[in-house]
Parts: sequence; C-alpha cells; structure tokens
Amino acid sequence: MEMFKGYDPGKFYDEMFGEDGSVRGHCAPLLQKFGKLDQRDFLARKANSELYFLRQGITFNVYHDDQGTERIFPFDPIPRVMPANEWEHLEAGLTQRIVALNLFLHDIYHDQQILKDGVIPRFYIEQAKHYRPEFRGVDVPENIYIHICGSDLIRGADGKYYVLEDNGRCPSGASYLLENRNALKRAFPGIFETMGVRPVDAYPRELLNMLHHISPRREGDPVCVLLTPGCHNSAYFEHCYLAREMGIDIVEGKDLVVVDKFVYMRTTRGLLRVDVIYRRIDDDFIDPVVFRKDSVLGVPGLMNAYRAGNVALANAVGTGVADDKVVYYFVPKMIEYYLGQEPILPNVPTYLASEEADMKYILKNLPELVVKAANESGGYGMLMGPTATKDEIADFRERIIADPRNYVAQPVISLSRSPTWCDGAMEGRHIDLRPYIIYGDEVKIVPGGLTRVALTKDSLIVNSSQGGGSKDTWVLRD
Amino acid sequence: MLSRVANTLYWMVRYVERADNLARLIDVNQQLLLDYERLDTDRLRGFWQPIILSTGDEEAFSKLYNETGSDEVIRFLTDDPRNPNSITSCIALARENARTVRDQLSDELWEELNALYLFSRSDEASRLINHDPPRYYENVRRSAMTFLGIAASTTSRNEAWEFMDLGRHLERADKTTRFLDVSSYLPTANDGMESLSEETLHWTAILRSCGAMGAFRASQREISAQSVVDFLIFSKDFPRSVRYCIEKVDISLHLISGTPRGAFSNEAERESGRLLADLNFGSTEDVFKAGLHEYLDALQERFNHIGGEIFETYVLMPERVQLTPVAKAPSLSAAAWWQWEQQQQQQ
Repeated sequence: MEMFKGYDPGKFYDEMFGEDGSVRGHCAPLLQKFGKLDQRDFLARKANSELYFLRQGITFNVYHDDQGTERIFPFDPIPRVMPANEWEHLEAGLTQRIVALNLFLHDIYHDQQILKDGVIPRFYIEQAKHYRPEFRGVDVPENIYIHICGSDLIRGADGKYYVLEDNGRCPSGASYLLENRNALKRAFPGIFETMGVRPVDAYPRELLNMLHHISPRREGDPVCVLLTPGCHNSAYFEHCYLAREMGIDIVEGKDLVVVDKFVYMRTTRGLLRVDVIYRRIDDDFIDPVVFRKDSVLGVPGLMNAYRAGNVALANAVGTGVADDKVVYYFVPKMIEYYLGQEPILPNVPTYLASEEADMKYILKNLPELVVKAANESGGYGMLMGPTATKDEIADFRERIIADPRNYVAQPVISLSRSPTWCDGAMEGRHIDLRPYIIYGDEVKIVPGGLTRVALTKDSLIVNSSQGGGSKDTWVLRD
Repeated sequence: MLSRVANTLYWMVRYVERADNLARLIDVNQQLLLDYERLDTDRLRGFWQPIILSTGDEEAFSKLYNETGSDEVIRFLTDDPRNPNSITSCIALARENARTVRDQLSDELWEELNALYLFSRSDEASRLINHDPPRYYENVRRSAMTFLGIAASTTSRNEAWEFMDLGRHLERADKTTRFLDVSSYLPTANDGMESLSEETLHWTAILRSCGAMGAFRASQREISAQSVVDFLIFSKDFPRSVRYCIEKVDISLHLISGTPRGAFSNEAERESGRLLADLNFGSTEDVFKAGLHEYLDALQERFNHIGGEIFETYVLMPERVQLTPVAKAPSLSAAAWWQWEQQQQQQ
C-alpha cells in the first residue's frame, strides 16, 4: 500500500476511493495486489510497459520535428476499474444512442421527417458544416451510417455518467484500448489473476464481421480494405494494427482505382475488386472529384461507385452532421422522437448561442462556462472560462456574437479522477472514457473502452495532442 | 498483393542488406589498417579513397568533406544523416518502409528492425562508434542477420517473401561487385606503393567483407586476384557470389510470375535469364579481358536494369493501367516515379 499512502482523493469523484477515503468495494482486490509490489518493482514494471510501446512502434510523430522524433502516448499502469452493473448501464445507453443516431441520419438524408415535425429547426441541419445534401436520397447498405462510434463519456462530481460527444466520423484510439491491455498484462501479469476482468480482444473480429455485413456483394467472401491517409498520419500505427488484426489489406488512395463505378485495388496481378472500405480519411479528402479538389489522399470517382451501391463505406459519408455540437444538443430529443424512450445516458447541459435566451446566459456567464466551436475537436477551438485570460474571454465573446450558429457552451464538469502515477507519487488525475460501439448485424461494444487521462495537474483536457495519456479499462464480471 | 506493398517490402530488405554490407566493409577495413606498419596521411588517403569510390558516393562525399581520412570516411559511411547511404540512413529507410507495411510483417520481425533503428539513434551507438567501433558494427551485423533469420522463419513463402528475397539478392550481388571493385582503385605494386603481401592483405579484406574467408579456404586456393574474383563472381554455392545471387533472383522472378524457368514473361525475367547464362558459362578470363572494373561496372548496370524492370512490371504496370479507360494515371505514376527516383539515387 505504500504507493497509495497519503493519496488524496480531493473534492472530486474518485474512481477508486470514496469521499471518506475508503476504498470502493470493487477496487479493493486490485489495491491489495498493488500493495504487494514495492515501489522499485512497480517502477521497473512501469518502465517495461513503456518499453513495450516503444518496441512495438506504438508511437506518434511529433509534427514539425525534422529529427523524426517519435513519442509514445504516456501510459499509466493503474487501471480504471468498473463494476458490472455500471457497464450494463453504459452499454444500454450507448446502444440506444447509436440506434437513434442512425435513424436520425437516415431520416435527414431521406424524408427529413424530424425537421418537418419541428423537433430540430431546419437551419441547424442545413447549416451544419458536415451536412452533405448531395447525398440525400442515396441508400446505404443496411441503412447504417455510423458503423463505428467512439462516444466520449465523462463522470461528474455526482458520480453520474454523461455523454460529452459522439464522434461518428473516424473515431481513433481503439488500438490503444487493445494494446494498453496487452502492455499491462505483460508488465503486471499478477494483478489480473482472479480479478474477473472481461477481455477486449474481440474488437477486431467484431469490426470485420460488421464490414462483411455491409458488403454489397452477396456471393463469395467480400474484399474489405482499410483506407489510410498514409504513414505520416498520426494514427497510422492504429490503421496498420487494425488491418493486420482483421487480416485485410491496408491501402492508400493511390492503391485504388475506380473503373465503371467499381472500385479496384492495384495488385501485382492486376486489378482486384474491392467491396467494403473501412475508411480512416474524412469526407473532405475521400474523393477529389466531389469534395476537396486538392486532396491527393483520396480516390477519384469513389463517390460514383458509392452512389451506385457498388462499394460500402464505414462510416458512411455525411455522418459528420451528427458530430456538430449543436446537433449533439438534440440527440436526447432524437431518442424520444425515433424510439419513444427516455434517454438512458444524459447529455452534458448545453446552451446554444443561436437561441436568444441561451445567448444571453452564455454572454453573462462566460468566465464560468466552457465554450466550444461546433465543429472542432481534439481540444481545439475551446474556451475554458475559469482558467481563461480576460483577452481570451473577450475574443470568444466577439466570435460568439459574430457566428452564434457555430458556438455552444456548457458548464464546467469536474471530471472524475483516478489515481495516477505522477513523478514519484500517486495523485488524482481527471479521466474520461471512450467506448467503441460497432453497429453491424447487431450493436456490439467491447467491455470498457479507452480511458484517457489528463496528466497535467488539475487539467480537464485529456486529448493526446494536449498532454493526455491513457489507462487500461477494466470491466469486471458480475 | 498490392503493388505498393511489394515495392516497399523489396526496398525494406534492400536497405537492411545495404546496412549490413556497409558495416562489414568498414569494420574489415578498419581492422586491416592495423596490419599496416607505417601510415601517413597520404597512405591513409590511398587506403580509404577506393572504398568511397566503390560505393559510388564520391561526389556526395567530396561535397561534405575536405579530407579523406579515416574519421571522415567512417563518419560519412556510418552515421552521417546527410549521406542517404550511410548505415544509419539505410536503417532509418528500412524501418520507414517497414512502418508502411507493418501489417505484412510478423511482430518479431518488426521489433527486431525497430530495435536496430532505436539502437542506431541511441547514445550508446554514438559512444560505440567513437570508442569501440568493432562492437558497433557487430551490433548492426548481428541485428541485420537476426532480421533475416526472423524473416526466414516467420514469413509465409508467398509473393511477399519472393519480393523480399529479390531485394536481398539483388542488393547482395551489387554489394559483392562493389567490394571487388575496391581493388580496382588500389595503388598496385607497380606504383611502388604496395608490397606483394599488402596486396594479399587487400584481397583477404575483400573476402572477409563478404564473410567469405572460411568458404574460400575450404576450397583450398591461394589468395590471388584470379582466385578471389573467380570465387566471388562465379561460385555456384557461395551465397554471396554474384552467380548464386542472380540465380536466386531468377528463381524468385519466375515464382512470382509463374513462368517456367528458361522462359520469360517480362523484361526482368529476360534480363535475369541472360545474365545468369553469362555467369554460368563465364570465367575469370572474360573478366580480366574486359578489365575488372569495367566488367563489374557492366554487371551493376545489368542489376539496375533488372531492378528497373521489376518496378516497371509489378508496380507501374503501364499496359494494364492503360487498358483501364477511367484511370487517370498521371498522378499515380508521377508519385510512383518520384519514389523510384528517390530510391535509385540511393543505390
């Protein structure tokens, strides 16, 4: 226990300790196992886990660095532990959400009943940056739009889970979910014994099943590929990793060619037809004929093949409209509208700057709020009111007034914390959770997800681009 | 398999092989220096000059360095990032290629190459280069060998393997000719520079660079220009002889296309078949009649021709792309050509 001696849960919801400092029941066995390690052993094992990432090449490139420096994503060996009932709750909520989101997208790209019924004001959708009106009336295989969703969940001081955003375009990080488990198993095999941690290794299999499910070709085994922007992309490791785990080819845009509305890849034996593309390139770059003309990453003509139904894309084109933070506001309403159910997982309370009353509230309370641009991610385009300077606040005030459609505000949620090893001591650090939801034949979610941790003291920003690290996530059996 | 992947695997292995060969070349010659009794600056230059000349990078070298001393040459060939053919550059390129086809490689194979890369950039490596060079070169050689061993025991014998094998043997043949070429630039006994025993030392060094000393001795011959050239070019069995490597190239090419050996279905096969026939029926007489340097030069050109045709056939595929009406190929072939250009310059 020496490592946890003097650990202060603070005035936050701590994942491992209750308010009175006692260990939460489901964490007690884990804590006991860590207690058997002395600090030197712990540090040696921690160093081992880091070496594992480095040797596996699980690194990202530091941009603007000529030396080609590569860094590993910091990994904290203290897992985040979740009891079975908590996970059941999340699983039900996430399933409900992805079903509603897909019904919404199908509706928006067909009859737009939800707009006609006035549940969502039309202009919010039509002005959404990633809405693709040119794809209205195009049918997609099995009517699925978001096949892989990486929702960000957070837990407030009240211990309740909230959905922070949905990430229905190309959510990344699933490889870290898998490799964090591998690294922890190698470095700390002892702590897994008799804990009843549910395995996560089914993810690539589920992903491949889903890709097969949406293949437009019914006879024979479909040819699935993973389309990557290339090896200089910061998620390239993940692309390779998933492709290899699934046993499919990883291709770049230049490896594909469209002939008579069919997609082929260039092989040493000529052209081979491709049926399903798990694309890790955004809409904007995927086809220079339709979207950004200057994109050299995409495949000219791909959208023609897609419209003709000769190739399936996961995720579908145009899902970005659901990632718009204004549209996010309406997801609970979508759940009620399409499913007639109460949302199981609530949104974080959100104010829309283009609603008059909300706007007033936002401008009045800027120093207490988090302001977000509707279409930014990765912790960019954000104002953290409580820590912002006067100039920053003034700057955002102007921006909000100039373009209210593209700003939302939320109260600062003080994310739950988890004990994390920081420079020689165990300290509480804020965390979130990104589970990966796969929607194919049925909805599948591997137990847990990627727990991201803000390594900087008191920081609430967990993004890897902004000093975040990650942890293994344990969902326990009943 | 994807054309791009085939090309990348081919180059990955070529770069590993190149790093390995360079490490041998430098190590052996550094040790050879110790056998000389008197060395002044002039003689040192005479010693290293041929090595730079044989790598074909003399221009790049003279741009970067004024002196041709041990330190400069060793730095240039070992860890100068400005030289795209230095050992560390080759390792980085091999690893970069591996990274783009990571999904094709076994974990162990990737880990070995990645470990070599991490080593080459470590403080430990710089320390060894300065204070214990033989250890450094040994590390590189061992790791390259381990890499090949792991590749051999974890790669399915499919197209991927054949493209890797092609890269290895073509690079190896090329490097063997370059090792031999070192002798072309050496001052001869007639120049009054070298005694007979020193000439023998040079041939010994060339054999050792190829790791051929033991195999050579086993065939019980005197060390002479004649016998070493015969062994390193025409040996049927020694895995670094030019003939052996080209036979392997020919086999791989035919396995990839499925064409029976002795026939050809593309230019690469035609050239490898012709070259192999020349080597099967050739002798050292032909070599010295043409002049050793000229003969080796011609061989290197033919290797490049084979390499170029492999790229033409399996990566660019001009005919097949033209058959498809929609494919606007310029962007592809421009990019591919660019890549090819890049790689060619590094030969």
